[in-house]
Amino acid sequence: MENPLLEVLHITLLSLRVSGTAVLIGALIGVPIGTFLGLRQFRGKQSLMRFVDITLRSIVNTFMGLPPVVVGLVVYLFLTASGPLGPLGLLYTPTAMIITQLMMVIPIIIGVTMSAVGSVEQAVREKALSLGATDTQAAWAVLREARMGLLTAIIVSFGAAISEVGGIMITGGNIRWVTRTLTTAIVVEVELGNFALAITLGIVLLVMAFTINIALTIIQLRGAKR
Amino acid sequence: MPLIETQRLCKEYSGKQVLKDINLRVQNEEIFVLIGPNGAGKTTLLRILDLLDEPSSGTVLFNNTPVNYSANAKLALRRRVGMVFQQTVLFNTNVFNNVAYPLKVRGKNGNAAERKVKETLKMVQLDGFESKNALKLSGGEAQRVALAQALVTEPELLLLDEPTANLDPKAVSIIEEALSRVNRERQTTIIMSTHNMFQAQTLAHRAALLLDGRIEKIGTIREIFEVPSKHLASFARLENVFSGVSSIVEEGTSLVDIGGELKLEAAFTKLGKVMVYVSPEDIILSKNPIVSSARNTFKGRVVEVADLGPTVRLKVNAGRVFVAQITKRSFKEMQLNVDSEAFLTFKASSVQAV
Repeated sequence: MENPLLEVLHITLLSLRVSGTAVLIGALIGVPIGTFLGLRQFRGKQSLMRFVDITLRSIVNTFMGLPPVVVGLVVYLFLTASGPLGPLGLLYTPTAMIITQLMMVIPIIIGVTMSAVGSVEQAVREKALSLGATDTQAAWAVLREARMGLLTAIIVSFGAAISEVGGIMITGGNIRWVTRTLTTAIVVEVELGNFALAITLGIVLLVMAFTINIALTIIQLRGAKR
Repeated sequence: MPLIETQRLCKEYSGKQVLKDINLRVQNEEIFVLIGPNGAGKTTLLRILDLLDEPSSGTVLFNNTPVNYSANAKLALRRRVGMVFQQTVLFNTNVFNNVAYPLKVRGKNGNAAERKVKETLKMVQLDGFESKNALKLSGGEAQRVALAQALVTEPELLLLDEPTANLDPKAVSIIEEALSRVNRERQTTIIMSTHNMFQAQTLAHRAALLLDGRIEKIGTIREIFEVPSKHLASFARLENVFSGVSSIVEEGTSLVDIGGELKLEAAFTKLGKVMVYVSPEDIILSKNPIVSSARNTFKGRVVEVADLGPTVRLKVNAGRVFVAQITKRSFKEMQLNVDSEAFLTFKASSVQAV
């Protein structure tokens, strides 16, 4: 290694960039969908809607527990040269890794948002309505009361993304200076017998996850106090 | 003029008839109480009156006009009605924002709104609580905030679903006082459900007894009491309520024979059949007979002890079973237990005719 410190820094920043971007985009997609499913204002009205509702929920719950390796494999098959998205040339790039983790975090964000919104939905919506809120104002009130749950969705999905290894190993390829992240680097260093470096990377990963979670938890506690 | 009226109202939930043929007329400025056991349909009826649920059949009329269930009509009507739910729901923000919310959704902000919020908090004796987080309040305080939310817009009609169930006595009396005040000063019409017959008795002008989704009786609380008591006893808070025969001893005092060889001295003059009530808080419990001005002292045996946090409720059998409520401290100091001997003492003026 030319400059081990610089490489560790690069690896750490890449980990942060890939998982952070995946969670950010995931939240933009997952929070509205989870809110919609959680609000279930259409529930029970028509049997077709109910069927759609139940099916969607079951799909979300199944995908929340999806093995990252399987996600990685599917994304790989899409991005590989002979795959449908092959011409984009995304395989073995950080973008491919972001896509992989995005596929993984979206169901988690939808699922947690859905249950957070669902748990306060009826009580808060009816309370707001009874206080004279319009339907839209009442929906906002529900979302505001579910905000702690939304933060939980972010914390949980970021934790899952930053510690994930199987998926990005397949789609990123673990290329030095290009797609090597903390987790994939640890795998390689262990295989090479560089336990000291592997342990160092492991500590960096832990400290980083801890720091980010502390920050998010402080926000969460502040929000609870307000 | 009736402010709100229901005609042949029925409600069905997944095949189960929750309300059957409800015909009610609640007059302007009236306090109307719904009494009935759990599952009788009180909550459902109140939800229908707040337009949160639609009846399966029948009509709700406001000011003699049938309710229209379009979103705009519902909103307009709801903005004239305040509702307090049995389960207190508050927003995760401070008390001020909670009480300001109904004004905010009506587009009212600024100084006038702020003054209104403060004034309303004063009514429920929570001035100074503005910046506290609403979710960190005690049950009684939280329910008072909920009442303030309903009152801040000065609704024409106030609906309350068991607003004082499971609250501490202080919160109960503050809420009761606020209710009778808005009724008196703002002519607010109030419809509330309760388990507590004595609350009904003190507040209500009229009441309806709801049993199994049907109105069994409408009338004054006294008339409701005349319904065979096995119905009432099954759900109402009827401890320390005794029926007996009263005879006048001298001007201002009567002796009420309540059976079990017990005669209660009461500070009223009534002859014949009466129903009397002794508040559990008014009963002094002692290990030995005490000399005092209180006119009623009976020896009994503790048959049951219930821990209610800061207070302890004891059932004492003195021929008839009395419930007495004392603080935990005096309970500990007296070292009372099931089967201990105890004396009950209360004043003649604590014996109230119902």
